[in-house]
Amino acid sequence: MNFDLSEEQQLLKDSAWRYGADHGEFTAWRARVSRGDAFDAASWKRMADLGWLMLNVPEDDGGLGSGPVETMVVAEAIGRYLMLEPFVSTGVIAPALLTGATEALRAELMAGLAEGKVVIALADAEPGGRFDLNHVAARAEAVDGGFRLTGEKSHALDGAAADWFIIPARTAGADDSQDGVSLFLVPAETSGLTVRRSRAMDNRHNASLKLEGVVVPAANLIGGLGDGFPLLRDALDRGVVARLAEAVGAMDAVREMTMEYLKTRKQFGQTLGSFQALQHRAVDMAIACEEARSMMYLATIALSGSAAERRRVISAAKARVGQTSLYVGRQSVQLHGGVGFTEELAVAHYLKRLIMIDMAFGNADHHRAELAASLRVSAAAA
Amino acid sequence: MNLDLTPEQSAFRDEVRAFFAENVPESFKSRVRAGMRLEPHEFTQWQKLLHARGWGAPSWPKEYGGTGWDPTQLYIFETEASRADAPVQFHQGLELIGPIIFTFGSPEQKAKYLPAIVSGDDWWCQGYSEPNSGSDLASLSTRAVRDGNEYVINGQKAWTSYAHVANRMFLLARTDPDARKQAGISLFLIDIDTPGVTIRPVVTMDEIHHTNEVFLDNVRVPPSALLGEEGMGWSYGKVLLDRERGVTAATTTRLAQQLRGARKVAAETMLGGRSLLDDPRVADRLAQFELEVMALEGMVMRTMAEATSGQDSGPRASMIKIRWSELLQQITEYWVELQGYGAMAFAPLGPFEAPDAWAAKGMIYSRVTSIYGGSNEIQRNIIARRALGL
Repeated sequence: MNFDLSEEQQLLKDSAWRYGADHGEFTAWRARVSRGDAFDAASWKRMADLGWLMLNVPEDDGGLGSGPVETMVVAEAIGRYLMLEPFVSTGVIAPALLTGATEALRAELMAGLAEGKVVIALADAEPGGRFDLNHVAARAEAVDGGFRLTGEKSHALDGAAADWFIIPARTAGADDSQDGVSLFLVPAETSGLTVRRSRAMDNRHNASLKLEGVVVPAANLIGGLGDGFPLLRDALDRGVVARLAEAVGAMDAVREMTMEYLKTRKQFGQTLGSFQALQHRAVDMAIACEEARSMMYLATIALSGSAAERRRVISAAKARVGQTSLYVGRQSVQLHGGVGFTEELAVAHYLKRLIMIDMAFGNADHHRAELAASLRVSAAAA
Repeated sequence: MNLDLTPEQSAFRDEVRAFFAENVPESFKSRVRAGMRLEPHEFTQWQKLLHARGWGAPSWPKEYGGTGWDPTQLYIFETEASRADAPVQFHQGLELIGPIIFTFGSPEQKAKYLPAIVSGDDWWCQGYSEPNSGSDLASLSTRAVRDGNEYVINGQKAWTSYAHVANRMFLLARTDPDARKQAGISLFLIDIDTPGVTIRPVVTMDEIHHTNEVFLDNVRVPPSALLGEEGMGWSYGKVLLDRERGVTAATTTRLAQQLRGARKVAAETMLGGRSLLDDPRVADRLAQFELEVMALEGMVMRTMAEATSGQDSGPRASMIKIRWSELLQQITEYWVELQGYGAMAFAPLGPFEAPDAWAAKGMIYSRVTSIYGGSNEIQRNIIARRALGL
């Protein structure tokens, strides 16, 4: 049993934190956000130069083919410094899915994303399915030389800036069946595709999609026909775990800010931190951060484990990190008082980021129910 | 002991219900339901509507232009308002400074200020907190120095909500720096356009400009700006803070609105051919909220009844403020959870509407309710010290 980083992983972590400290200054961040940019193009280029976008690209495709720990280390820095660049969507989820793409598209898009030239967003959910990944009511029918897609997608993380979408659509089976789901690469500029761009409370620019007879060539199919679900599940698990690391990075940062405030802000002639009621709150926040970090490690390790174990651990981790992170984020605002409620301190932005991470790919409540379902299955088998 | 309304009270309820049914602007409702505040001009529009009906100041005595209603009538009024998705009236003139003016003000101050509060022509903002005096308000350092026939005020106020739309401001300033903490503080009524008043907007995390910093730089006001006596401002101010918590009691009746909003989303969201409301987990959560809201409403009703018969409700106002803010936060959080990805679009980046965003904004806004008006930590201290003798 060992939770230590290897020497190389530690170097990557140091470099990611140094990058954040150099480029993650909050005043500049706010200025960028108020300009209305989805993210900073220069930062995205630097992330590519640092090799972050190659981490999840297999070596055969010219990437580094690194493991989950490397992704965790970078994602933690992303959360710690509130970075808005599409690392999880384009740098983690997309390369996992592209391993199933046809040769030419795979080569083109893997190279493009590794260089930071292409943004690829997975449209993972539908209005009628809430957070259920297997709910795919969008249809793809075979037409001459390709497929014709119709349906709606309620969420594509970073979708506002996407050049390509990866869209699950049903080629067979009932709406909630894992069988019969196919994955398609769809360029953002395509006839019949309406991209509704919106800014979330954490200033990420996402999208929802409407597909009205979108036609793509047969070469845009990812993986086998009707056989896309396992690949989708695998890629999304990797995305979920990366977002957990992002949450843990954000939790630690906002908790540190709050501790600093408790130690310096004075009311009634004494520091806030000298009040026992607030000391106990601070302790509970520290426990919450420890729990979340532990869950992040377990989930990261589980990505390399057996399929059944992996689902259970990731759902448990997503639920617990969601719960603990919202506690830490809300209490950080509360303990800062009025200033914590303004846009002028980073504290409020950390809370909004944590709320959005909890919602992404299924909130705590959803994942607790998933865990309950998988525990029922194992109990029945025992 | 009973909850029955007298025939007069029933008739009153019907009258109020009919008024709300006809007069609440449709465009207010979705925001009101999410616990959001309306835009200032909409508050004024609502105040003028109520004023035209003779209901501009429901909690004031008749002689100052109020309705003269007793607390039970007030409770009926607020409950019916909640049913109809009517907004809460903007409170800083009506509930905070108005009652102080009619209790402690001079005849001239009463004549000058009270009618314009009731009619909605004046907008008052509150200059209390300072950057270094939040929970510890009595440590405030804004100074008012007598200079000939004027007071000269210098200092800085924080969290001055709606200073950017207000034409008047009531503020606490220290007139005697040598007196004990609370004793040297006086209450002033000033015009916001007095030279030396500078307002800096502060945008809060719901991305709305409600609040401001106000800088007071050699602001010269006549002695008639002083309310009551010099050095008595703190005791008037404490009356205000107690009333502010009373306002919360009225706001509490609005939790039913948020709960209705959440329930509606649950009923309308279909998952696997069933509505979310059919999911026992969702039904349980909503039932838990219902029962907690019911317990709180019971506390409010007892407080109203005690006020009608002139009894002291002890620390219950503080308890109600704590529970109301906690429930508002939890219910709006759950409402957003029920929306799921529907709540992702905080602001559209294109020509389409984001009708579901109000719940998310209401949820974010609700974070401040456990901070303002005496934070929940301060409320707990008050209860521990004053009521429990700890």
